[in-house]
Amino acid sequence: MTQTTKRSNRSTGSRRLEKQLKRAILYFLITGGALLCIFPFYWMIVVASRPSSQVFNFPPPLLPGTLFVENVQSLLASIPYVRAYGNSLFYALTVTALMLFFDSMAGFAFAKYEFPLRDTLFTFLLTTMMIPGTVTLIPWFLEMKWFGWINSYAALIVPNAVDAFGIFWMRQYTQGAVPNELIDAARIDGCGDFTMYSRIALPIISPALGALAILTFLGHWNNLVGPLIIMNDPMKFTLTVALRTLVGLRLTDYGALMAGTVGAVVPILIVYLAGARRFVAGIAAGSLQGV
Amino acid sequence: MTESALSIPHARKGPRRSWRKYVAPYLFISPFFISFLVFGLFPLLAALYLGFHQWNGMEAPQFVGLKNYVRLVSADGFFRQSVSNTLVLGFMCLVPKLILALLVAVGINSGLILFKGFYQSAYFLPIITSPVAVAIIFLTIYGQKTGILNWVLTSVGLPAVRWLEEPATIKPAITLMIVWHEVGWYVVLYLAGLQAVPQELYDAASVDGAGSWARLVHITIPTIAPVILFTVVIDIIGELQVFAEPFVLVGPSGGTGRAGLTMAMYLYQQAFVQMKLGYASAQAYVMFALIAILSLLNIKVFGRGTR
Repeated sequence: MTQTTKRSNRSTGSRRLEKQLKRAILYFLITGGALLCIFPFYWMIVVASRPSSQVFNFPPPLLPGTLFVENVQSLLASIPYVRAYGNSLFYALTVTALMLFFDSMAGFAFAKYEFPLRDTLFTFLLTTMMIPGTVTLIPWFLEMKWFGWINSYAALIVPNAVDAFGIFWMRQYTQGAVPNELIDAARIDGCGDFTMYSRIALPIISPALGALAILTFLGHWNNLVGPLIIMNDPMKFTLTVALRTLVGLRLTDYGALMAGTVGAVVPILIVYLAGARRFVAGIAAGSLQGV
Repeated sequence: MTESALSIPHARKGPRRSWRKYVAPYLFISPFFISFLVFGLFPLLAALYLGFHQWNGMEAPQFVGLKNYVRLVSADGFFRQSVSNTLVLGFMCLVPKLILALLVAVGINSGLILFKGFYQSAYFLPIITSPVAVAIIFLTIYGQKTGILNWVLTSVGLPAVRWLEEPATIKPAITLMIVWHEVGWYVVLYLAGLQAVPQELYDAASVDGAGSWARLVHITIPTIAPVILFTVVIDIIGELQVFAEPFVLVGPSGGTGRAGLTMAMYLYQQAFVQMKLGYASAQAYVMFALIAILSLLNIKVFGRGTR
């Protein structure tokens, strides 16, 4: 905590008091900010459990109500919510699984093999990360149409099955985590390339896989633009698109809308708080590599 | 599992010139490059091609030369408005987001605070939530004449604001929401960056009697300058493409007076509602150019001396 040398040097009473005061102010500000970060989630639960008519009451309701179940029922009656939930899960999980596989395999190759043009190809790969997704949106949509993938999850899954950031991240991690000696030894034992990747590298890099999995899953679970453009059949809507259709109606049923939002948000928060937290620092550190 | 034709690849540049040892790594990296050709490069070139054409998606595209670009720059008021909206919004979001994030990260990292993990998690919660959910939640926070935010404002004696109905308040409303949503991501990035600042520097500064502010300005910020530059660049790239938050909060047309119409929203509208695919593709390239210019400018201006 207070490893500063200040204390040992001159620990006069006023200095200590000043430090305590500083600490109190800091706690106050940081805690206030944290509460502001959390409050909208609490508010979400308040709205989701109250009749829509109370949302904009003056003064507003500050405690959760008792109508959550009713709001859920009205939600289920207005959009195919369960279906959308399943769609989102299927889409995000499939993309995540494929991306983990392809990215870690490519990361392994970039980290542990020498081959002609390796560094050029890797630099090129990093450069592709600079292309803003919006630029390719229209032709991508046309291409999907041409493939006959409108209203098909192939349009959302196949183009996202492998990505540059994941490969970069897996390569950085593999380079440091998988010892060359282990690979040499395996090769001398007659181990094939794919086995080397799947049996030796994969288990070692699993923490990095976990971090990438979370990031990828969140990105697609939360994605709006892609599904919005590709899906026009309500039975194919993802959660984000389905919830959006409830916004901006003349008489928005806020209770139902918020109940649907709770369903989309709360499981993610729980998974995050239950264990995914520890990966976050890893992702942050990873994306700063090379900065 | 064949014999040793696939020799130890990273250890040897030796006389064995067999191409076979390269098969595996090329196979391993090939999915990305195939995917990039099909879903990245082809659309990129197609967008360039379409930008010089007029096309409604049905009949054959008509070559119009630079007409789309000329019209975008000189005759399309909505486009111009969407560009200025996006730049203004981007600036309004970026500055408080990064400053707040830096202060929070420095605070959490200061050694004065216990429960670092708790605070880090709390600030990170918003960013794992989807923009759609965030916009829905903020829709009910802003309300119309009433709403919980206006209740707080009037409680402390400030006037109530029609957040989402007045052109003047739409941008602040979007800004507040985006800052809330994304500040935690930068807190975590800065915390990661701060790990690289040697504690001895602070200790030495304390001995010299430097206060917290002096330490922040003279030690912390210079040391993590590359991280700050990185966050500025990625934030600009993200802000210039902002879509989902305003799209849901103020509606596809950008709300009253189109005050919340961003470039990405206008592009979506032109391409997928108006079916002006050529025109919208030209817009995409103008966006691309803007993003590239701003990123390079940043690296040039702020990147000097940080490496």
